[in-house]
Amino acid sequence: MTNSFPTFEGAYCPVPLRHNDQIVMGHGSGGRMTSELIQRVFTPFLSSPPLLEGNDFARVSLPFEAGMKGHLSISTDSHIVSPIFFRGGDIGRLSICGTVNDVCMAGAIPLYLTAGFILEEGLPVEFIEIVVQSMQAAAQEAGVQVIAGDTKVVEKGKADGLFINTAGVGWIPEDRIIGGEQARPGDVVLISGTMGDHGIAVLAARGDLGFETGIASDVAPLNHLIHAVLAAAPHTHVLRDPTRGGLATTLNEIAVQSNAGIWLEEKTIPIQPEVRAACEMLGFDPFYIANEGKVIVIVPPDEADAALKAMCSNRYGEMAARIGTVKADPAGRVLLKTSIGGTRIMDVLAGEMLPRIC
Amino acid sequence: MRYVDEFRDAGLVKGVLDEIRHIVTRPWVLMEICGGQTHSIMQSGLDQLLPREIELVHGPGCPVCVTSLELIDKALAIASQPGVIFCSFGDMLRVPGSQQDLYSIRARGGQVKVVYSPLDAVRIAQENPDKQVVFFAIGFETTAPPNVTSVIQAKALGLKNYSVLVSHVCVPPAMHAILGSPQNRVQGFLAAGHVCAVMGYWEYLPIAGKYHVPITVTGFEPLDLAQGILMTVRQLEAGIYEVQNAYTRAVSQEGNRTAQAMIFKVLQPVDRNWRGIGLIPMSGWGLRPEYADFDAEKRFDVSAIQTRENEICIAGQILQGLKKPVQCPAFGTLCTPQTPLGAPMVSSEGACNAYFRFGNLELSKKNETR
Repeated sequence: MTNSFPTFEGAYCPVPLRHNDQIVMGHGSGGRMTSELIQRVFTPFLSSPPLLEGNDFARVSLPFEAGMKGHLSISTDSHIVSPIFFRGGDIGRLSICGTVNDVCMAGAIPLYLTAGFILEEGLPVEFIEIVVQSMQAAAQEAGVQVIAGDTKVVEKGKADGLFINTAGVGWIPEDRIIGGEQARPGDVVLISGTMGDHGIAVLAARGDLGFETGIASDVAPLNHLIHAVLAAAPHTHVLRDPTRGGLATTLNEIAVQSNAGIWLEEKTIPIQPEVRAACEMLGFDPFYIANEGKVIVIVPPDEADAALKAMCSNRYGEMAARIGTVKADPAGRVLLKTSIGGTRIMDVLAGEMLPRIC
Repeated sequence: MRYVDEFRDAGLVKGVLDEIRHIVTRPWVLMEICGGQTHSIMQSGLDQLLPREIELVHGPGCPVCVTSLELIDKALAIASQPGVIFCSFGDMLRVPGSQQDLYSIRARGGQVKVVYSPLDAVRIAQENPDKQVVFFAIGFETTAPPNVTSVIQAKALGLKNYSVLVSHVCVPPAMHAILGSPQNRVQGFLAAGHVCAVMGYWEYLPIAGKYHVPITVTGFEPLDLAQGILMTVRQLEAGIYEVQNAYTRAVSQEGNRTAQAMIFKVLQPVDRNWRGIGLIPMSGWGLRPEYADFDAEKRFDVSAIQTRENEICIAGQILQGLKKPVQCPAFGTLCTPQTPLGAPMVSSEGACNAYFRFGNLELSKKNETR
C-alpha cells in the first residue's frame, strides 16, 4: 500500500460566498438570503409598526379626525427612471413623491404607502441602500408611513437595475370635491413653479445632452404645499401634477374632462433660463417636458390671490405664477397667447418627445 | 435669455408688422422654404398677425418630409437585419414607409438608436466592433457638414463597421422645380437662414434673376421672420428682385468655406427623388467614389425594394406650396400626428404637423365640424 492517502486538513467543503455586494438570484428566493437582504438594507430605513409586525398584510387605521367620514384617495405608480441617480434626486425619492403627489391631487392627506421592488441580478447592494435611504427621507418629509413592501429579483438583462412600484392611500376630508372635471369658466389657472426641470435633469444625467448643465430635478412631495393652498382657497376646483407629457398634455386632459377652454399667457409661464437654453438647443418645447414637483391649481377668481400667496410661501412654490384662465370656449382645447401676441393651439404630446433635426 | 428674447420681443415684432401693413398695396404669395420657419411661424402665431394681403405658403424644406419612400424602405430593410445597429435622428423613427416605421422595427427587436449627432454613431461603431453601425444621413445643406464629418472620422479611425445611408437634398434645385412649374403661385421667397449659414447665398442670385423673384435670407425667430417678410414685400412693391440678407448675424454671401470644402470632399451632386414631388435632376448629394466603402446602400443588398405610397395623402402638393394642409381630405381625421399618412404630419417641421399642433382657432373649429 502506498502512502497516497489524502491528508485531512479540517473542513474543506467550500463556504458559500455571502454576496453582500451585489444582487444575485438567491436574494429573491423568499428564503434566508431574502430575509437577510431585508434586514440589512430595507428595515433600517423603511420600518413602521405594521411592517415590523412581519405579516403579509398591514393593518392600519384612518386618522382620528376622519370619524369615518370622507373618502379614500388611492393611487399607484411604477417608477422606471433611467439612470436611477440624477441631479436633484433618485428613483427612491421619485417613487415616494410621485405617489404622494398623485394621492394629494384629490385634496387628500396622504397616510400610507406600499413599495414593491424589482431588482436586476448584479445590481450593487450599495445602490439599493442609497435609494432606500432617500425613500426614508422623502417619506419623513411628506409625513407618510411605508406599511408594506415586496422584493423580487429578475435575471440580468430582464430589468434596468431597479424598478420601484409604490401605492398610496390618503384621506379626503368630507365635502372636498376636487378633480380634473371641476374647472369652470372664470376660474384662474396657477402653476407652482418652473416647467421642465425634471425632464432636462434626467436627460442630462443620461449624457444625452452633449453638454453639462446645473439643472436639478424638481422632484418633491407637494402635500404640505397643497394643504396650504386648500386652507387659503377652500373652493379649489382642480389640482393636478404635470408629470409625463408636461404642462401642455396635462392641461389638455383637464380641458377635455371639464369640457372647457383653457387660455394661457406664454410669457407668464415660469421656465428656468438653463432649461429654456437646453430646450432651444435640442428643439424641445418645455411645455411638454416632465415635472415631478409641480402642481397646476385651478381656483375660482376670488380665491386666486390667496392660493398664489400660499404657494409662494412654500419652499416648493416660490416661483408660483398665475398663467391663464378657464373659459367656456373652445371646449376641450388649450390655447396659448404667444409672446408676440399671436394665439395658437397647445395640443397634447403625440408620442415620444423627439428632437428636431435642424 | 439673451439673443433669443430680443428676437421674440412683442413691441419690436409689432413695429415690423406695422411697417408691412403700411407698405403693402396688393396681395402677395410668399414661400418660406424651411420647415423650421413654418414651425416657428405657427408656434409664435405670426401668421395671424400678418396683414390679409400676405399669404404664406410652406415650402419643401423639411428633410423628414422629402426623404424618398424608397430610402425610408431601404432604411427599414437595413435596420431589420440582425447584427445591425441603425442610428437615426429621432424625427425619422415615426416616418411611415410602405408598410411600417422604425419604431415597429425596434419593437420587434431591431437595434434602432436615436442619436443627436452623427459622431455619436461613430462612437457606437467603435464600441461595437462586432456590429454593423449604419447612420441615416438625411437632411439639407445644414446637416451635411456633421454627416460628412462622421465619414471622415470613421475613415481616419479605420472603422470597417460604419456606413451611412445618404439622402441629402439641396434647396436651389427645389426652388427651380417650384418656380418652373406652370402651377406656381410663389412670388417671393424667404430663404432658409441655416442653409445659407453653410452655403452662403451666391447660389440664389441666378434664381432671382431668371425668375424675377425676390429672395430674402431669413432667420427663425419671430422678429427674423417678420423682417424677412418686410424686405421681400418691399422688393415686390417696388418691382425689384434681388437676393437680400435679413440674417446678417449668421449668414454671409460666400457662407462657411471650411464646411463647404468638407462637404465636397465627401459628397458629389446626384439626382434625387423627393417624396411627394418626384425626381429632380442633380438635386441632392451622394457619396464620392473614394468613400464608396462607407455607402450603406452598397454594403447591404437593398436594391430590390418595392415602394407604395398612400393614395389619399396630398403631401406632394403641400410640399410644392400648391395646397394647404387643411385642404387635404384626411387632415385631422384619418391623418394626425398619432396616425400619420404622410411625412409632413410626422416631423415638427412638417407643414401638416405644424398646422395640426398650432393651427389657429378657425382651423380647430373646422376640424371639429368634420
